[in-house]
Amino acid sequence: MEDKIKKVSIVVSRGGLDGVYPGLIMANGARMDGIEANLFFTFFGLDAITKKRMGKIKIATVGNPGMHMPSLLGILPGFSAFATSMMLKTMDKIDIPPVPEFIEMVYDAGCKLYACKATVDMFKLKKEDFAPQVDSIINVGKFYEISAGGQIIFT
Amino acid sequence: MPEKQYGPVTVAVDGEGFLTDFSQWTREVAAAVAKEEGIAELTPTHWKVIEFMQKEFKENGQVPSIRKLNKSGVISTKELYDLFPGGPAKKAAKIAGMKKPEGCV
Repeated sequence: MEDKIKKVSIVVSRGGLDGVYPGLIMANGARMDGIEANLFFTFFGLDAITKKRMGKIKIATVGNPGMHMPSLLGILPGFSAFATSMMLKTMDKIDIPPVPEFIEMVYDAGCKLYACKATVDMFKLKKEDFAPQVDSIINVGKFYEISAGGQIIFT
Repeated sequence: MPEKQYGPVTVAVDGEGFLTDFSQWTREVAAAVAKEEGIAELTPTHWKVIEFMQKEFKENGQVPSIRKLNKSGVISTKELYDLFPGGPAKKAAKIAGMKKPEGCV
């Protein structure tokens, strides 16, 4: 156990439930084990910390082979919403919270949250567009600085 | 099965020091385990958490999650991390004489 991981910086680059949950679970799990954790949201991963979007993140039912069903079914109106609500219900039972509550939970656990400057500029977003738990908008250089001495995980 | 001596009490533990028989737990054992985990003294707030966790554990055999502790109004997530630094769910479970929590959150 000498080489215990002491610090992780996790990049969340994808949107959708399957895009944002792994990073959140890994960051929270790190804090639960006393590991320092940073979350860096970039590209569509930014949805997870954007006030307007964080409560509406869905699972993609089209072009997602992991759904184990024909994409044709997935295009039906409301199908993605239905699949999402089923999935969230199941997750709630095993105590995995919905995204907004999860963001609050990892923040309260001591994880630091950052938004990627390039994406923020591209989507024309402002600091006010993000959940209050977001520490700041930083560029890649700053991300590496913050991640120094730890492991970087890209999801 | 390894054993551990806490004062006059001997308890059966797993490889990581979690009690394997909850019935062997006493408040004195809790205080001793807490010391080993770097918590010098168990305050009334620590006890509130421990007692809630034990009640849940007795009722459904599960170690309650941090989320459950927060939602039930027992203690906020922030306070919990302050009370049991460096791994709140695992440390609290260990002090409370329960098995190691298995969940991911």
